[in-house]
Amino acid sequence: MDFNDSPEEAAYRDKARAWLAENAAAHRAQFGDVKANTPEHMAAAKAWQARKAGAGYACITWPAAIGGGGGTPIQSVIFGQEETKAGLSYGYFTIGLGMCVPTVMAFSNTETKQRFVSPAVKGEEIWCQLFSEPAGGSDVAALRTRAIKDGDEWVINGQKVWTTGAHYCDFGILLTRTDPDVPKHKGLTMFWIDMRDAAVECRPIHQMSGGREFNEVYFTDLRVKDSQRLGEVGDGWKVALVTLMNERLAVGGSSGPNYREIMGLARELTGATGPAIKDNAFREKLADWYVQSEGLKFTRFRTMTALSRGQTPGPESSIGKIIAANQMQELANTAVEMEDQYGILVDPAQAPAEAAFQQSLMWAPGLRIAGGTDEILKNIIAERVLGLPGDVRVDKDVAFKDMPTGR
Amino acid sequence: MDFDFSDDQKFLKDEARKFLDGRCGPAVVRGVLDDPARSFDKDLWAAVAEQGWLGACIPEEFNGLGLGRVELCAIAEELGRAVAPIPFASTVYFLAEGVMLAGSQDQKATILPRIAAGELIGCLATSEGPGVVNASNLACRVEGGKLTGVKIPVTDGDVADMALVLASEAGKAGLYLVDLTAKGVSRETLKSLDPTRSVAKLTFDGVAAERIGEAGAGFDLVQAIMDRAAVLLAFEQLGGSDKCLEMAKDYALGRYAFGRVIAGYQAIKHKLADMYVKNEVARSNAYYGAWALNVDAPELPIAASAARIAASDAFWFSSKESIQVHGGMGFTWDVDCHLYYRRSRQLSLVAGAPRVWKERLVSQLEQKNAA
Repeated sequence: MDFNDSPEEAAYRDKARAWLAENAAAHRAQFGDVKANTPEHMAAAKAWQARKAGAGYACITWPAAIGGGGGTPIQSVIFGQEETKAGLSYGYFTIGLGMCVPTVMAFSNTETKQRFVSPAVKGEEIWCQLFSEPAGGSDVAALRTRAIKDGDEWVINGQKVWTTGAHYCDFGILLTRTDPDVPKHKGLTMFWIDMRDAAVECRPIHQMSGGREFNEVYFTDLRVKDSQRLGEVGDGWKVALVTLMNERLAVGGSSGPNYREIMGLARELTGATGPAIKDNAFREKLADWYVQSEGLKFTRFRTMTALSRGQTPGPESSIGKIIAANQMQELANTAVEMEDQYGILVDPAQAPAEAAFQQSLMWAPGLRIAGGTDEILKNIIAERVLGLPGDVRVDKDVAFKDMPTGR
Repeated sequence: MDFDFSDDQKFLKDEARKFLDGRCGPAVVRGVLDDPARSFDKDLWAAVAEQGWLGACIPEEFNGLGLGRVELCAIAEELGRAVAPIPFASTVYFLAEGVMLAGSQDQKATILPRIAAGELIGCLATSEGPGVVNASNLACRVEGGKLTGVKIPVTDGDVADMALVLASEAGKAGLYLVDLTAKGVSRETLKSLDPTRSVAKLTFDGVAAERIGEAGAGFDLVQAIMDRAAVLLAFEQLGGSDKCLEMAKDYALGRYAFGRVIAGYQAIKHKLADMYVKNEVARSNAYYGAWALNVDAPELPIAASAARIAASDAFWFSSKESIQVHGGMGFTWDVDCHLYYRRSRQLSLVAGAPRVWKERLVSQLEQKNAA
């Protein structure tokens, strides 16, 4: 029971730290402080990814022969920790490298792999995942985007939604319906597509948080070659499951103010009967948040232990997002209420902590949904960890075209 | 990174589970529950002593096994899972830990070998009435080496041979070793929420009391003992909480309603998933506590508080929701749910209620931030 590194882990950490110290400084000297969601920010992110790839710190667990680091899962975790400490993290590549490219690698030929893997590792090309649709959120397999075979090509029509980063991505993996006459899971097929094709239209979604990270994506007679197919015709669900399993590992905790920040705020503010930090109701909540945050941190340590012993982490990691997303919402709301009338303000120049709590408050509802809702994650725990039966599926044996549809 | 029990510790834990499955089944627990005259199971106590568990962390020079605290945590988890009806926590987490922490060489040599041999049951006596124990208003007093006053309730006070008693001397709190078989001690067994763990009212009338630790440092010492006990109790709570989830799951998988097993209904699935999440948060915090206890880290007060808060929350939740999953059956005397519901309350209160620990945690965090 110890969370110190083994000698090998410590050596790797030292090496990573030294590399980061030197290269983060060089990177900052070149790019300075760029604002998020700008072309300059993207350029900085791509440069940082290329720098990491050159040193074997991008895709650490992938073989060196395809551009990875040829390392172990635990080394990847260690580097990630040190990279975060160094204050450098760009989210643009998470979905591509965490979910899409592994799917491409698992289901395509050597030529395709050679074409795509290395540029993705170096950050030259960014990928998105096109699964969700207006009619299929948690029920991913209810999707309606149609792909119809036409000679050696497929013609695709339909719409995706909630596609993270589609507006800046180069390629995507696309799940389509190729046979509506069989039950929903059996008539799906996966393709990779070029996001720059004129038949693909991205419309950023204006979220309640004010941001525009997600998109609606429309396909109008998009023609793809049969060689762009990933897996067999009708086997798309199997392919998608590989992507979704990787999603569990890629979409982890949340960033944003935590118990430390709210403790700092409570020291500064006046409560109803004295300093807010002395309010007993607040102190009890603070203790609960601390225990949850630390519990989550130590749960990750337990996952790392499993990794370092050569075991594979299971669906247990589903608990992370349930806790983090709910805590973000509750903690942000408490902070905003603690600010009293002032809590209404969202101007970073006026609000405490540059309005980070207000931002969290408006982002948390999305975090509770993205990458699996609280409810879906609880189902995953119940079914895959505890071994309880799956939900009753009335559409299991019904041809997709005969399925009742609402909105 | 090695944030788990080692293979040896897992082996010890498996062996402890097998042993308790054989020696501490529900019939044994109910034997104590159903008989008001029995305060604990003497056969189980003797068997546990024979296993060496009472002296697991006692140094070999005092006839213990000299194991680490993580090993004791592993045993504690299994005792909690089995809702063992024995004065293990009082003797091992409170008395033995207290003596090892602050006892003189003489006190250690007199007491520890007897604990290891299973010849001496201990207890900790701090409470004097409803509400939080406070160093400044203790009615129990020591004058000229003699203790006078009343402690209520004292877990295992009716069967213990020796007590650690918090009392004031010259206006300051001290901690005292008191032989409960001595003249001037009277005991009254009281009814409690969890009859598988007994409690008593102890009245002292000029009883010889020997101070342990520094004069006037009694409250700090009790707090230090509580920190250590909190980690060990957290493992008992975790064991109990895991068992509640297991019982609820097994029941839900075998019970049919509206044509299918109730484990297939999302309301039940999500309830069990919530239990699982709380148990894992508790487990991770308990592991951190085990590490801090084992190496006596400066972080122990924070780690112990977090372990206790998380474990109390998890066990309370899973013990009450397990009854809910069992439906009407869960409310009957014959189903084991209430054994765990009772024990969850006993364990949450015996070392101070979670609210007190939440305050302790936050004030520790404040100090850490100020430093």
